[in-house]
Amino acid sequence: MKTTYREAVREAIREAMHRDERVFLMGEDVGHYGGCYAVSKGLLDEFGPERIRDTPLAESGFTGAGIGAALGGMRPIVEIMTVNFSFLALDQIVNNAATLLHMSGGAFNVPVVIRMATGGGRQVAAQHSRSLEGWYAHIPGLRIVTPATVEDARGMLWTALEDPDPVLIFEHVMLYNMEGELAEDAGPVPLEGAAVRRAGTDVSLITYGGSLWKVLEAADELASHGISAEVLDLRSLRPLDDEAILATVARTHRAVVVDEGWRTGGISAEITARIMEGAFYELDAPVVRVCGVEVPMPYPAHLERAALPQVADIVAAARGLVEGQGEGADAGPARGSAGGSRGDAP
Amino acid sequence: MSRTYDMPALGAGMESGIVVEWHVEPGQAVKRGDVIGIVDTEKGAIDIEIWDDAEIAEILAPPGTEVPVGEPLLRLKVAGEDVDLDPREDEAPEVEPQEAPASQEAPAPEVAAADVVAPPQAPPSPAPRRRVSPLARRRAEALGVDPERVEGTGPGGAVTAADVEAAAGGDPSPPSPEPTPEPDPAPAPDPSPEPDRQAAMRRAIAAAMTRSKREIPHYYLSHTLSMESTLRRLEEVNRDRPPAERILVAALYIKAVAQGLEAFPELNGFWEDDAFRQADGIHPGLAISLRGGGLVAPALHDAPSRSLEELTSGIRDVVQRARAGRLRGSEVTDPTITVTSLGDRGVDTVFGVIHPPQVAIVGIGTVVERPWAEGGMVGSHRTVTLTLSADHRAGDGHRGSLFLARVAHLLHTGDEL
Repeated sequence: MKTTYREAVREAIREAMHRDERVFLMGEDVGHYGGCYAVSKGLLDEFGPERIRDTPLAESGFTGAGIGAALGGMRPIVEIMTVNFSFLALDQIVNNAATLLHMSGGAFNVPVVIRMATGGGRQVAAQHSRSLEGWYAHIPGLRIVTPATVEDARGMLWTALEDPDPVLIFEHVMLYNMEGELAEDAGPVPLEGAAVRRAGTDVSLITYGGSLWKVLEAADELASHGISAEVLDLRSLRPLDDEAILATVARTHRAVVVDEGWRTGGISAEITARIMEGAFYELDAPVVRVCGVEVPMPYPAHLERAALPQVADIVAAARGLVEGQGEGADAGPARGSAGGSRGDAP
Repeated sequence: MSRTYDMPALGAGMESGIVVEWHVEPGQAVKRGDVIGIVDTEKGAIDIEIWDDAEIAEILAPPGTEVPVGEPLLRLKVAGEDVDLDPREDEAPEVEPQEAPASQEAPAPEVAAADVVAPPQAPPSPAPRRRVSPLARRRAEALGVDPERVEGTGPGGAVTAADVEAAAGGDPSPPSPEPTPEPDPAPAPDPSPEPDRQAAMRRAIAAAMTRSKREIPHYYLSHTLSMESTLRRLEEVNRDRPPAERILVAALYIKAVAQGLEAFPELNGFWEDDAFRQADGIHPGLAISLRGGGLVAPALHDAPSRSLEELTSGIRDVVQRARAGRLRGSEVTDPTITVTSLGDRGVDTVFGVIHPPQVAIVGIGTVVERPWAEGGMVGSHRTVTLTLSADHRAGDGHRGSLFLARVAHLLHTGDEL
């Protein structure tokens, strides 16, 4: 069955609403408008305003309300339009949702699910194009998942709702229109465990979320250069699947980490560090990162493109590692992606 | 603060070792130089030493575990500043196979012990470090290839595993695409795999000697001297001593070589990165043949400053432990030159093969009685033939001959007695 990522998310919400009456959706414009990315279109008619709730433009307020509802026994799905607006709800997410189980001595779980759109590429400029899932992955007490396929988009929501603790689902904005094949009986999928999306022997391309498709395209192109690339989709940024990361490096002995987020202190840094800690003696070359350029996202299309990892950057980085063409892979501490200048802006 | 103590590399052929036993337990304080446990390698069970004062926090590898070189064995609590405890040093001398030249049978000279622990060398490395990937270093060690001499084709000219395999000739074992990423499960904890060990030692000797003959332009010198008066004096000194306290003639050899080196430091050290690096101390390695084949050349630390009695007991101890397969890590990694002596059942002359990265080996033949002209008289003297095999890259025969003459003079006069 062909479906889009958007429809897969919508079906996941519908299924959850049908399966469990405690489930409800709330967020800005999720009802009458049908969702900023049209994910919840039609759900208001189907489930009514009690369960598909439009909220004021007040992220801290409605996220807090979602946490409260979860504490009270409900299974809320809170939609924050994009990760950029979640800053207004940081106190609720980081200081409350992530800690209450601990602060209550184990008495109160917070089974809230928070969905956010993330990433750039739609020409909505600096304040609407961030990839900050890596930030949230820093916080113990949260689960961070990044569905990149229609199967994961369809299957992760129910599993997240079943989880007794807060789960943040990051949906990349460029994926909503993507079409994919979905099995008729597609159902819940686990939140943990990375997936090898393509097996290879020469270099591991490690990524997640919206970058997965660029990486798979890069792997195709690498194959035409005689380079067999393995593609690892992390799926979850917290917890990270160390075993899968180390295993792929042990198979290929070279790794490129691709992350639309910024390099400095980013999730790519964490992945790289774990490879050093766990697979140093497997490495036949320094780990290389291809990350977003460290600038506020530019508005013009060509500059936005230049600020995001592109297929050519990934191919160049991988070829530099495998063929020793040098440049990009000549791992100085501040370098290391396909473009040496990437990510070094103050 | 806490740190790990990792499996030391006790030879170039060594990829891993099996923990035989621990002499320490969590909570126990240890001092630098303490023997903390035993690790089984192809050279036998080797006592491993700790390199700093510390407290044992946790044993990470229980007896029976096979641990790859560089993987943690213990967690330590160390007071004070953050120095690297890792006993492995980056550069060659520490990780070379310690087999001495394979060409001769060492005498069982006898023996004694000196538990002097050499300072962990932390030489400031002057030459820029060659880029060799971690995987390539591992492969190189396994294949007996010197990664410093392999042409690199990787990023920035780095040496990769494929480069090492190409340099080793052929493609001896499946390279990168190993299907199983899991670390090797600890194999059966057989603490004394004798046949395996002998085969492994053979391979290690083969790798070291092949490298030596391939890379080192040897020059050879030979000199015969009369030991008659010295041996007489030795017999006098030993006459009233119980056998266990008698000075060994091997101690005279070691002492003479060590003292001779004091004036010829260019023969005491290592050829690394296309340059000679003089060793900090003089630690002759004495070649000892093992029953069942193979040999090791453990260091007699700081030989110039030790008395003949101390050297004798040092030799006795080290020979005994070498044959029992119980050498210490520092003994197999520290020698700065090798001495090989045929003992009293060999032949006249031995020309040794230099043990890289050392630059010289002194050979001592069997003492033989022959007609000898001295002071206008011909008499019957006990004589010995010394040889020097030295690395022509590091020095020339002129200095080598002066050194050998100096050693001969020291032996001939026997002033130490």
